[in-house]
Amino acid sequence: MTSGPTTDPRAAAPGAANPPKRRNTELALLGFAVLITLVAQAIVDLTVTGSLTTELATFGVWFAALWTVAHLVVRRWAPYADPLLLPAVALLVGLGLSFIHRLDLAAQQADSALSREDAPVQLVWATLGLVLFVGVLLVLRDHRLLSRFAYTLALVGLVLLAIPALLPSSLSEVNGAKIWIRVAGFSIQPGEFAKICLTVFFAAYLVDKRDVLALASRRVMGLELPRGRDLGPVLVAWGLSILVLVFERDLGSSLLLFGIFVVMLYVATERASWLLIGLGLFAGGALVAYQLFGHVQQRVDSWLDPFEYYDGSGFQVAQALFGLGTGGLFGAGLGGGRPDQVPVAKSDFIAAAVGEELGLFGLVAVIIVYLVLVERGLRTSLICRDAFGKLLAAGLSFAIAWQVFVVLGGVTGLLPLTGLTTPFLAYGGSSLVANFVLVAVLVRISDAARRPAAPTGPPKPALGDAPTEVVQT
Amino acid sequence: MTAEIVLQIFRFGFLLLLWLFIFAAFRVVRADLFGGRAGRVASVPPRAAAPGKKKTRGAPKTLVVTAGPLTGTKITLGDQPILIGRADDSTLVLTDDFASSRHARLTNRGGQWYVEDLGSTNGTYLDQQRVQGPLLVAPGQPIRIGQTALELRS
Repeated sequence: MTSGPTTDPRAAAPGAANPPKRRNTELALLGFAVLITLVAQAIVDLTVTGSLTTELATFGVWFAALWTVAHLVVRRWAPYADPLLLPAVALLVGLGLSFIHRLDLAAQQADSALSREDAPVQLVWATLGLVLFVGVLLVLRDHRLLSRFAYTLALVGLVLLAIPALLPSSLSEVNGAKIWIRVAGFSIQPGEFAKICLTVFFAAYLVDKRDVLALASRRVMGLELPRGRDLGPVLVAWGLSILVLVFERDLGSSLLLFGIFVVMLYVATERASWLLIGLGLFAGGALVAYQLFGHVQQRVDSWLDPFEYYDGSGFQVAQALFGLGTGGLFGAGLGGGRPDQVPVAKSDFIAAAVGEELGLFGLVAVIIVYLVLVERGLRTSLICRDAFGKLLAAGLSFAIAWQVFVVLGGVTGLLPLTGLTTPFLAYGGSSLVANFVLVAVLVRISDAARRPAAPTGPPKPALGDAPTEVVQT
Repeated sequence: MTAEIVLQIFRFGFLLLLWLFIFAAFRVVRADLFGGRAGRVASVPPRAAAPGKKKTRGAPKTLVVTAGPLTGTKITLGDQPILIGRADDSTLVLTDDFASSRHARLTNRGGQWYVEDLGSTNGTYLDQQRVQGPLLVAPGQPIRIGQTALELRS
């Protein structure tokens, strides 16, 4: 008999000590994230206005209360959840709020008549997001329930995607992209929610079909190619993203949906050929889109040489590049730069503001926080016990990673601009609320994945081992 | 406005704070990966319900299928890892509807064999316990994959 304690929490025998829940680790890190946020806000106030305001205290109490509630709910209703998901989100939201506040101050300095502040609005959105986070955790006690509503959710997702395309432009168009629903002063970007609904659907669908997609294949030049008729779903997903591109002029959502689908197909089947097929379809679609649509051409042109189009479409990227250059390695310091020089710095280009004021070191730190978030999601997917949970966790984590990559690629000039938002960081209610829901689902899956197997246990049919016993003795 | 030196302290102090957070997060990741102080490989004690079974010394020499469609099949163990699954390139190709294409792997480390699940759909069980990480397999302990049962023999 080999001695030594069982170290793997999921392998713990029923009688063994409870595996660590690590809730106190989460609480400590959440406290750290709140502290960093408050320090950031204080530095911004001191640097820009030279004094601290009482609003900082109100903000601090509100912000800390938000995460205390989140922590308590997780402690009570998802006790085995991953301890890093929530702190990473808290830090990103906090940094986002600090930068939005900083840009508010810059706007007020430029025009003292201006009293509009976006940071409090974003805080309200964060609160709403948290309410939904709690709601999802309370209602969704087992993530496998979601797979029962897969086709309903697919319909909801498609309707959400289609609404802005069908609405008249006056109700749905902002800056050329028809991706909004604007009602009574509120604007909602339904695509952000469609992303989650469709990811759930993809996961449930692929769990059903993956054997067909993975096994029935022909080998052509060392590549396992799927049969022609199995190409159906990927072609549908591709067609859908093209439709989004045509009717909503939204490069970002189109790229996001197609990317999520192809990667989930790859995860489900372990066939690299799907990635190649996806890449091929993407290249074809991109080429056709470039030929047909003026706005795509414009984006590509201003990506290839932003300074040639400095007075027009390249202005934004060029200003962002100047900002990043000014920031250098260590940045200009919070409140020390001029991030307001970049148009729409609060939403699409908040990464440029981070790069300018915190420098390369700060921007890389933010990217690593995203990396931690995604790593925890993928780890959840690895240790999850059911195939649906595995695929869903992988898809949701990939959605965050892909979005960050595409946005940061756009801001730094690596990729053409797409108009996606930086999750949790950027100003924008729909994106923030939707991503809170996304994280709630991840927390729910990770709770199920890390929970010791004992209560539900290795299935009783292990008695079916009886023949083995006979052979043994 | 605030003095220059204070601004510099803010500037570098805040970056330091951010990286400290990342450092703390990575410590949690590490603790999760390596399970704190104790060693990495968990082991299942041989089943108490099988008394009188003599524990044989020495390294196992064969892998025997004791239940399922392939009952009776023997594989001589060497240094190479043994892949078990429905895929054609597995060492032991299962014809079991409940097995995944790449289901599990047996690896020899220093004369001892460890079983690992390769992300199978229905899981691999060592002595009724679901295999999550690499687990040490003692001779005579049943490994169950779908409807197939295997064990190591000296």
